[in-house]
Amino acid sequence: MSIPLITTSRWNIEDGHTLEGYLRTGGYQGLRRALEMTPAQVHEEVKKASLLGRGGAGFPAGIKWGFLPPDVWPRYLVVNGDESEPGTYKDRLLIERDPHQLIEGCVITCFALGLSQCFLYVRGEMAHGQERIASALNEAYEHGYVGRNILGTELSVDVVLHWGAGAYIVGEETALIESLEGNRGMPRLKPPYFPASIGLYGKPTIVNNVETLSNIPWIVEHGGDAFAKIGAEQSTGTRIFAVSGHVRNPGVFEVEFGTTTFRDLIMGDQYAGGIRDGNTIKAFIPGGASAPWFFEEHLDTPLEKTTVDNEGSMLGSGAVVVMDETTDIVKACHNVVRFFSRESCGKCTPCREGTNWLEKILDRILNGYGRPEDIDLLLDVCDNISPGISWPPKQTTICPLGPSAVSPIASALKRYRSEFDAYITSNTDTPVTVNGGPA
Amino acid sequence: MSRLNEENLRIARQILSRYPKKKSALIPLLHLSQEQNGMVTNEAMEHIAELVEVTPAEVLGTCSFYEMFKRHPVGEYQINICHGISCHLLGAEDVLEHAEKSLGVKEGEITQDGKFSFEGVECIAACTEAPCLQVNYRYVNRVSSDEFDQLVTDLKNGQNTQIPKHGTLAKTRQNIQSEKLAGPAEVESASPPVWLQRNKEDQ
Repeated sequence: MSIPLITTSRWNIEDGHTLEGYLRTGGYQGLRRALEMTPAQVHEEVKKASLLGRGGAGFPAGIKWGFLPPDVWPRYLVVNGDESEPGTYKDRLLIERDPHQLIEGCVITCFALGLSQCFLYVRGEMAHGQERIASALNEAYEHGYVGRNILGTELSVDVVLHWGAGAYIVGEETALIESLEGNRGMPRLKPPYFPASIGLYGKPTIVNNVETLSNIPWIVEHGGDAFAKIGAEQSTGTRIFAVSGHVRNPGVFEVEFGTTTFRDLIMGDQYAGGIRDGNTIKAFIPGGASAPWFFEEHLDTPLEKTTVDNEGSMLGSGAVVVMDETTDIVKACHNVVRFFSRESCGKCTPCREGTNWLEKILDRILNGYGRPEDIDLLLDVCDNISPGISWPPKQTTICPLGPSAVSPIASALKRYRSEFDAYITSNTDTPVTVNGGPA
Repeated sequence: MSRLNEENLRIARQILSRYPKKKSALIPLLHLSQEQNGMVTNEAMEHIAELVEVTPAEVLGTCSFYEMFKRHPVGEYQINICHGISCHLLGAEDVLEHAEKSLGVKEGEITQDGKFSFEGVECIAACTEAPCLQVNYRYVNRVSSDEFDQLVTDLKNGQNTQIPKHGTLAKTRQNIQSEKLAGPAEVESASPPVWLQRNKEDQ
């Protein structure tokens, strides 16, 4: 079935990132349409669209918007552009290649919800993205699409470009708010579960992902119903997936949400084109490094939120990482665990200590000093971070970062325990000192 | 000299004017000082503390949390080699090993001429272009050993003019003319924005 490109339609247009290119291709029509409606009507369209958040948790945006308490002002919009989940590569492209679409989405959202100011938080490492969005904002201000009296109406909203400085955890929405307040980016204690009630400066705040907001102009222009017609019943519209790793044609693809399968995406000629060198698939990560791994038997699972949840993983941030038969599973597992260990913010003990020890134990196994009891030790530490090692994970921590480090270990051990055993039994040395202390 | 110079102070005041609370400008101002000096110095942090009206210790507290802020010198060209999972699967460790041999320094050290330093970093969102790296936060995709060496040679000989010295992020800044500025939404303001009032909306 052919579907319209909603968020990536300008990626191949050379000047799609400029105001001229954007206007020529139908840009800012959603905003004009919104300004003819009442704010409540705009919100209603987004609810009808059943747009699921595209950042990782997949919470419906229209419902999240509805959590704003009445009569508490001012309210803020914070755009989460801190894309750092390993394997995830879409928000940067949306920022670089279609910044006006994102800006338009921000302004419409502020209009619909009465948000007085928008902060666009872009990951620090994305220098080019910051340049593109700064240029786009400068043009948009110049021509009255942002700022005071937008398009001659009473709508006055600033979109302020803010940027981070390198910390994965800041992608967690309350940590993002802390960072935006000038603090260390550590997640806030819950409840409240949603910054919609208490967020930036203690005020109601909507935090939405870049891709989520990039869908808003299309939804308002074409209507929520038109959006909901695309995709599956509960996973509507289109979604961007980045397929990387051992595939012939790694790439970033916008596909129909909920109906396309992993097999289409990984093996399909129009997408990633199959496994490289005619190899077979060993495992794949369906939704970013935090997600439990999938295997060959999951290939026919559709890219649909509920189905993937029920099969024991998540679509997360739309990052599919493919591993072929040549992959050393223990090394891959160590790589992902090391990531979480390094990026733990240190606020909660189970995560700070646990991820660190998981990395050290895996290090020891890889270096030939593994002990037979190390496998149980790994699982024991995992159980302390996420009791029961189940899915969805239970937490002993404020945010899901700690339990995320459990995913690769549980997955790898479930299917490829023999590879861990091989490292351990090939070890002939008995270490004199206990390995794994601080480096 | 590592306080913000006059031009950067002007930019700093502009940035400060966009936030309802001054401390929100802390990270942008740390970037500005790193752009000026190539790193974040104690003196710069003291200056920023004055500007955002917090103690220097609070500035250090924030600064030390974030990977990009360097409180010690790095090479003029800081090479960040991605070792995220996608790059790992496609040979990131080989790139790191090659960098060490080619530059003659270990991870985190600076070459004798002060030009280069490198480190392995977590995913930089170019996963389909693995293995990749950034030089002063500019991407180099699908990098081979030969390409790495060519890159280093070009940077050394001044043949690559695209990449600014360490510290500079975006070469374009957001610029809001005062008559176009809606103004920050003050935290104390207790009334709904005007477009909601006129529409008699209560949501």
